[in-house]
Amino acid sequence: MLNYLLHRLATIVPTLFFVSVLIFGLQQLLPGDPAMILAGEERDPTVIAHLHQKLHLDEPLPIRYLYWAGGVLKGDLGESVRIQKPVLDLIIEKLPVTLELALLAIVIALTIGITAGIVSAVAKDSAWDYAANVFALWGLSTPNFWLGIMLILLFSVTLGWLPASGYVSPFEDLKANLAAMIMPAFVLGNAIAAVLMRHTRSAMLQVLSADYVRTARAKGLDERVVVLKHALRNALTPVITLGALEFGTLLSGAVLTEQVFTIPGFGKLIVDAVFNRDYAVVQGVVLCTATAYITLNLLADMAYFLVNPRLRDSHA
Amino acid sequence: MSKPSWTIRALLTAGTIAVATLAGAQTLRFGLAEDPDILDPTLARTFVGRIVFAALCDKLFDIDEKLDIVPQLATGYEWSADRKTLTIKLRKGVTFHDGEKLDAAAVKFNIERHKTMAGSNRRGELAPVTGVDVVDDSTVRLNLSAPFAPLLAQLADRAGMMVSPKAAQAEGDKFGSKPVCSGPFRLVERVAQDRIVLERYPNYWNKGEIHFDKIVYLPIVDATVRLANLKSGQLDFIERVGTSDIAALKTDSRFKISRITEIGYQGITINVGKSDLAQKNPLGRDPRVREAFELALDRDGIAQVAMDGEADVGNQWVAPSNAFYAKNMPVPKRDVAKAKALLQAAGVSNPSFTLMTPTTSDAQKIAQVVQSMVKEAGFDVKIQSTEFATSLNMADKGDFEAYVLAWSGRADPDGNIFSFDGCKQPLDYAGYCKQEVDDLLNRSRTTLDPSERKKIYAELAAIVLKDRPIVYLIHRHWLWAHTSKLSGLRTIPDGLVRVQGLRMN
Repeated sequence: MLNYLLHRLATIVPTLFFVSVLIFGLQQLLPGDPAMILAGEERDPTVIAHLHQKLHLDEPLPIRYLYWAGGVLKGDLGESVRIQKPVLDLIIEKLPVTLELALLAIVIALTIGITAGIVSAVAKDSAWDYAANVFALWGLSTPNFWLGIMLILLFSVTLGWLPASGYVSPFEDLKANLAAMIMPAFVLGNAIAAVLMRHTRSAMLQVLSADYVRTARAKGLDERVVVLKHALRNALTPVITLGALEFGTLLSGAVLTEQVFTIPGFGKLIVDAVFNRDYAVVQGVVLCTATAYITLNLLADMAYFLVNPRLRDSHA
Repeated sequence: MSKPSWTIRALLTAGTIAVATLAGAQTLRFGLAEDPDILDPTLARTFVGRIVFAALCDKLFDIDEKLDIVPQLATGYEWSADRKTLTIKLRKGVTFHDGEKLDAAAVKFNIERHKTMAGSNRRGELAPVTGVDVVDDSTVRLNLSAPFAPLLAQLADRAGMMVSPKAAQAEGDKFGSKPVCSGPFRLVERVAQDRIVLERYPNYWNKGEIHFDKIVYLPIVDATVRLANLKSGQLDFIERVGTSDIAALKTDSRFKISRITEIGYQGITINVGKSDLAQKNPLGRDPRVREAFELALDRDGIAQVAMDGEADVGNQWVAPSNAFYAKNMPVPKRDVAKAKALLQAAGVSNPSFTLMTPTTSDAQKIAQVVQSMVKEAGFDVKIQSTEFATSLNMADKGDFEAYVLAWSGRADPDGNIFSFDGCKQPLDYAGYCKQEVDDLLNRSRTTLDPSERKKIYAELAAIVLKDRPIVYLIHRHWLWAHTSKLSGLRTIPDGLVRVQGLRMN
């Protein structure tokens, strides 16, 4: 076990190195001199020269990488040139917002997706089944930004029930926070709910025809107990794994959703940074996301290791 | 029934006062089209940042509805006989948000900070200022290397904003996160991309004109979402309303629309000498082809189709309503036959060129309308949509034939032409270079008399508008929408909202 963990940890170092080079390299592919856009409308040559010096833009690429990587190793991700705030502070400020959005979205996705999946499997080929399938197709094919705007027009402009955009911290006002987050979380969770529904349905159909379910029914168990207790438990395993995988999709989906609902999260941070050529912010955000992915992967592998005795034996 | 006791009466009175105060504690919720950059007047560079500065930082001078210079922190000024020193009288009793005194020494500090701070965006605006003398507590003298007509207009913008020397020295280049100015409101908090909260500064010198206790600026990039926030009552005011939303807003009595013609312009920059490409395509090579291009344009059509009529047509760097508009060069009428004849004379009846266009919706619409209009005269225009930062770089390298470019404009006409048509100036993307134009541009700066300057601009127009490094098209309207309860709004052509006099009824 310890060996396996050490082995895994050892592979993280080169992976992170590779990721950091990739992030840095890709960023340089962005066309245009960042100093041009950062120098404002006037584009005063002395300001451009100053920015070149400050951002080491005239140095060769490997040297610039070393400047950046050296800072990262010391825990310094640099500073946003646009608003002159440390990148780390920005990440700490924005990350919880996106995490909350993603968490709410996944709760919505699981609730809608699993319920609809069960209903359509149990009532296969009924009107309920068709309705759930239509819903899934709609969820998959509706663009996030369009649905977002439509919800704003309905719930904010016409009905006046919810705020059209913005963000309030849950620690400041929980009710206002939920009111602001419900629409974006629904938009984000909607597409994933559709995927989850399809998977739950097929898994449930498979399980419902299994021998043990027939036995359970033969014992005279209530159908609700059969479906929810015996069948669903087995059907859920792949669905939960899928849900966990979709969490990554959520983070990228948040980019669009945050833009539409003006939520000051991770997605909005990176989009604005790319358009403003705020290199340090882009690099910091991507590095942070990559590290999170690698860590989650490691944790998942460790969990498999604990659960599956065969893996344990082979690495003993 | 007995009379209520004194205690009860006192309580009732206190309650009434409390309720009245609560009702009076008014907040203006303001929707911005972008998130401002750093809030340090020396380093700031965006238009949207100037909207926030209008409430946060007072300037030595301001401009009014007619673009005339009016005093703000200054009470008056005087040019010396040789026009090389400007003496400014300062308003007495003005303090910064940290309680420090705004005096001549503070002004000297600020002008020097603008001129010397690393990365200052104000250095170019104050280039001719060689030094500042403190004459007495409330008088400063700016020494210039040569007379400089645009100076007062510069001091009516960010170069004239004064910050607390004490706070600026303490914070260094981090000052922008805690700006301390002398405007009617001071900064409470800023959450990047989310909100900027300002509260009323109780010791503001002109506090009688301030009727809000708080202003919250919310950057909402999407125009539809910004409007949705106004309609659902979460915002009181939004700037840059989409032109297509105006018709629906007009019929809604809950809201009012205000419009002002911008001091900037939308135009097409033509590569006439920036790179080899200029000689390789007929548009850059031959003035007759450029004239034909302009004659093929119907500017009214562009304003109608691309901007839903929310723009004034124009053919110069200032709008026809501007005092410095050269009347000798009016907006040309569309003449397709003449355009075709010119092309024939130039030996290219079907010239083809690529029009680089930033991906902003205004620029895209203009490009498409232009493309179809000039087709009638025989032009084959290919539109190349390019992300803004990339397009700027390509323009700077001369890697373009024609480029749809907007300029937000400056109060003094110099800010709309000097840097664009002066040889090798930073914004001379066209690569235009002509000695007589440079001479005229320099004269327009050293001549202080407005009527003399008008004559110089007329001479300039006669040359530049025939050479056409830039074909000016339209001047958009700044469109603001706000709750109809709001009154006292002044429409100043720079598109910035002055909070003085603004109130909620």
